[in-house]
Amino acid sequence: MKTAKLPLLPEFPMPAGLQGDGNWWVGMDLVQISRIEKSVQQFGTRFIQRVFTPHESGYALSSPALQYERLAARFAAKEACIKALNLSEKGVNWRDMEVFKQTDGSCSLILHGVAQEQATQRGIARIQLSLSHDGDYAAAVVVMARSG
Amino acid sequence: MEAQIRQVLKDHARLSKDALTLDAQEDLYQAGMTSHASVNVMLGLEGTFDVEFPDHMLKRNVFNSISSIRSALTELGAA
Repeated sequence: MKTAKLPLLPEFPMPAGLQGDGNWWVGMDLVQISRIEKSVQQFGTRFIQRVFTPHESGYALSSPALQYERLAARFAAKEACIKALNLSEKGVNWRDMEVFKQTDGSCSLILHGVAQEQATQRGIARIQLSLSHDGDYAAAVVVMARSG
Repeated sequence: MEAQIRQVLKDHARLSKDALTLDAQEDLYQAGMTSHASVNVMLGLEGTFDVEFPDHMLKRNVFNSISSIRSALTELGAA
C-alpha cells in the first residue's frame, strides 16, 4: 500500500511573526473590543496613557461611539508590529509603535525608540498597516519590507 | 508578595487555571494569558505594589511566571 508523502511540519511553537525571504516580515493580531473597554473602565487614563500616544488616544476618544473599536485596532497594530519584528523580549514601550491617521483617512505605522532601532537594524524601509473591526473584534496586519 | 501577585493574576490574567494554586514556575502565557491581559496584569501589579515597570522591563519573560514577576518586583524595590 502506498502512503502519501506528507510535508514536514515546522517545530512548534512557531514564531508569532512570519519572516519571508529575509526581505519582508509580517505580523497580525486580533483583539476583543469589549476587553479593551473593560481595561479602560478598570484602569482609566493609566491604561490609555501607558499604551497609546496622545495622537492615538486623541483620535480614538474623539468618537464616543467608536472609541473602543479604535483603541482595540490600535492595540492590535502594536501587537502585530511586536510579532513582525520579534520585539517581545526587546523591552519596547507600546507608544514606540504609533498608528498615525492620515488626512486621507488611511492609517500608517510610525516607529520610535527601540522599535525604530530594531527596524533600522533590519534595513526596513517600508511599513504597511491594515486595520479592521467587526462586531466585538478588531484586527491588524503589519507588513514590513527592506528597500528595493 | 506572592499571594498579592496571585491575586492580581486572578483578577486580570484570565488564566485557564487557578492563579491561587498555580506553580510559581508555570508559564502564564501557556496558561492562557494574552498580550492584552499581560498589560492589565502589569497595571494591576503597579497599583498593588506602587511601582512602575520601566520600558526595559516590558518584556514577555518578565511576566512569564509568578517567579519572574516576583523577581522583577524585587528589582523594582516592591515590599
